Amino acid sequence: MSILSLQSLSLDYIETGSRRKRRVLEGINLHIASDEFVVVIGRSGSGKTSLLNLAAGFTEPSEGRVLVDGREIDGPGADRAVVFQDDALYPWLTAAGNVALPLKLQGISRGERQRRATDLLAKVGLDGAGDKNIWELSGGMRQRVGIARALASGPRFLLLDEPLGALDALTRSRMQQFLLNVWTESKTGALLITHSIDEALLLATRIIVLAPNPGRIVADIKTDFGRALLGNKSAKEIKALSAFKSLHDELTALIHADEEEIAA
Amino acid sequence: MSVEAETLTTAVSDQPAEMRPKGRGTLRISFVTIAVIIAAWSLASAYGAVSPVFLPSPFVVAKSLANVAVNGFVDSTLAEHTLASLLRIFAALAVSLLIGVPAGLAIATSRIGKGILDPVVEFLRPLPPLAYLPLIIIWVGIGEASKVTVISLAMLPPIILSTVSGVKSAPADFINAARSFGASRLQVLLHVILPGAIPSILTGTRIALGAGWSTLVAAELVAASQGLGFMIQSAAQFLVTDIVIGGIIVIAAIAFLLEILARLIERFLVPWAAHR
Repeated sequence: MSILSLQSLSLDYIETGSRRKRRVLEGINLHIASDEFVVVIGRSGSGKTSLLNLAAGFTEPSEGRVLVDGREIDGPGADRAVVFQDDALYPWLTAAGNVALPLKLQGISRGERQRRATDLLAKVGLDGAGDKNIWELSGGMRQRVGIARALASGPRFLLLDEPLGALDALTRSRMQQFLLNVWTESKTGALLITHSIDEALLLATRIIVLAPNPGRIVADIKTDFGRALLGNKSAKEIKALSAFKSLHDELTALIHADEEEIAA
Repeated sequence: MSVEAETLTTAVSDQPAEMRPKGRGTLRISFVTIAVIIAAWSLASAYGAVSPVFLPSPFVVAKSLANVAVNGFVDSTLAEHTLASLLRIFAALAVSLLIGVPAGLAIATSRIGKGILDPVVEFLRPLPPLAYLPLIIIWVGIGEASKVTVISLAMLPPIILSTVSGVKSAPADFINAARSFGASRLQVLLHVILPGAIPSILTGTRIALGAGWSTLVAAELVAASQGLGFMIQSAAQFLVTDIVIGGIIVIAAIAFLLEILARLIERFLVPWAAHR
């Protein structure tokens, strides 16, 4: 089991123009085990994506450290693969070519790459779609390719930056279930950023609520509805549970609280 | 059917991304325009509105072009003149791509590269090639090398600048994705930045071909013993206006064909560029 630790992280942005320092994140302490599905939720501007970028190593914290199994990270790495909101698939490569790229970068032979890319695509339900061009794929299929590509580098953590944000409602609910399946099968830790309270409740084993100005953690709640979704309950049935509703209300209040704070 | 199998099969049937509708072309209108111009030209020469010395009829021009194609003019046939010009342009293109693409990468990805090369490019870019042609002839002589050098210099700025803009247009997510799979700086450059810049480099190549072609003709007017520019210049000295006009038409036609060729190559090499 691996642990991804964000230790007393703070992040400042220098505003262009005024040149004033603005604190984006403050005092973030978060430890994610590789069997957890952690969902970070919060309003726009609460620093959700900044938090993911810090965990990925795309940006450096102004204060604090990011560690994987006790070792401080040195920029991005294959142990923390990222799935992007706008899929970030390379259009000059086919679906299989995209999935095989992390393997190519690791110097794995051509035949082995093809075999593993085919396996990974089958795993995300895209058997036979390997030769397709990226622009021939729907939004949901693209995100599956993106997830297969992230899994190809053999990560211990999947960092998911609102990967379902741009999908229509029907595809989105299918993809939620799909994400849970991938998470259980691949045995990687997951850190998902989302706007949607429903999505957070359905997928998370743990929900982190961020409040803005500056971005900070205001709640850390353990949940367990994903197990029911993996079992034989539908999302609709789960959403009708009273436990779901009361937690939904609690989260809405937590997220709504900052809006009042801003208005005051 | 298990939950998993159900999600897998349903999502595969998702609709593919939409196709672009094709607009109606302007081809027919353009053909009419050309026909009207040729008709006006024929009428002007048929009714003697302009002396044949200044404006021979389209028929005479076509006939003398055919004659040059078979018997040649100033020691070379039309094909030989054309080939001489084309060889120069493609030699220059090869030179300027070999220098321009790495130079563009250096400017776009390295502070030192930008510091060194930016002033050179900015000095060269606004200069008309004919301004430095005499200097190149003094330095390199009047052989093939001087013409290839001048054409290369004319082609370099568009290729360098398009490489720079292609590199800069790489989405941050593309680069971050590769880094998160453990790509080194060099790997990001080779596997993400360079392929992403190819559409822009090809656009630059198209512009460069245009710039190179006009420079070529000018260079041949000054110093050459073969080539389309040389053919026109020689014909003009003997007032053989039909060959002058014929040569101009051939030059325009080749420029047009080069443009079409460049577009075909673009469509073949980077079909994805249309879908971004």
